[in-house]
Amino acid sequence: MIDPGKAVKTSSDKEPSPVAPTGKLIGGVIFGLAFGFLLQKGGVGKYHILLGQLLLQDWTVVKIMMTAIVVGMVGVFVLHHFAKINLHLKPTKLASNIIGGLLFGAGFALIGYCPGTGAVALGQGSWDALFGMAGLVAGSWLYAELSGTLKKSVEKWGDLGKLTLADALHIPPGAVVAIMAVLLTGVLFALERFFPR
Amino acid sequence: MSRLLPIAVASLALFPLAALAGDPAIDARNYPGPAWSPYIVGAGIGVLSWLTFYFSDKPIGASSFYAQVAGFIGKFFSKRHTQSLAYFKENPPRIGWEFVFVLATIAGGFLAAWTGGEFENEWLSPMWTARFGDSIALRAVVAVGGGVVMAFGARLAGGCTSGHGISGTMQLNVASWLAVVCFFIGGIAVAIPLFFL
Repeated sequence: MIDPGKAVKTSSDKEPSPVAPTGKLIGGVIFGLAFGFLLQKGGVGKYHILLGQLLLQDWTVVKIMMTAIVVGMVGVFVLHHFAKINLHLKPTKLASNIIGGLLFGAGFALIGYCPGTGAVALGQGSWDALFGMAGLVAGSWLYAELSGTLKKSVEKWGDLGKLTLADALHIPPGAVVAIMAVLLTGVLFALERFFPR
Repeated sequence: MSRLLPIAVASLALFPLAALAGDPAIDARNYPGPAWSPYIVGAGIGVLSWLTFYFSDKPIGASSFYAQVAGFIGKFFSKRHTQSLAYFKENPPRIGWEFVFVLATIAGGFLAAWTGGEFENEWLSPMWTARFGDSIALRAVVAVGGGVVMAFGARLAGGCTSGHGISGTMQLNVASWLAVVCFFIGGIAVAIPLFFL
């Protein structure tokens, strides 16, 4: 039997529109504005604050990230627990995560901005961010050129699929959230004690 | 999990080593700090994450924007070749949520800098100039090169400081915790010799 609804759905899925629905885009604009505003006020559009973190002189970046993780983690856990949101877990692939992570870090030290804070730096008139952003586009292209080969090699090494700390440690997610919240808050207090900036 | 342990130990060992290498001649703390407390900004980004998950069904992330731009440029020059690449088969270039999010991040950064009297309008950060002199060409070469390495790393690892470092970690994703530790190991390992050798 032919299911007309299904047939219509598959045919419309074949040619996805190059532009997402307006409602979706408006959300992206509002949240992006808030994100850029907060990052700039946090000082992480500034080259010396980002490099200062990598030189272990200025701990602003880690303080912002850890606070965001604690606050975000609790809310995301509660919302997900009551089935209000979906999680978006990227797969754990040990070789890719480690090699890619180290390369990312090396690039971070050279460019002095990361993909999000580079956008903020451009907005605040730090024009050297334009060089970094051009490099980011070129590097993304380089990856895409090699993506076929990488998928068949490096990205298969240590592929554990979607994996959370709760799965890995065999502890209920709520308990992991509680432990991590206490742990990270403790680290933040220690950081503030020894590195006031 | 047993493989995560040596990495955690190695990263902890790096911190005191790096601090010893510190040269007081260049100190990030001699330059202006953030406008707002990192805890206010971090908490704000945490709450913003709840909202993007709830209203947009999206985690905050920035690096895929650059891949989308690369895809659009590629399609302009050679549509067939671009569409043949594994990465763009899975992620066809599209004006989607992530795309407008990063564009709005630039605008948000501008608004924050402008309202706070922090609009820089400069090609080189003073801390860069103090170390490497006032050649814009040198900055361009280093930043473009850094951008290429960074974006390649981000795509291989599956995200950046936002996508893995904040959004993934708060979902307790093993991949993200692994990646973010590697971001900082790679970053510190390059930044310290860059500034202190």
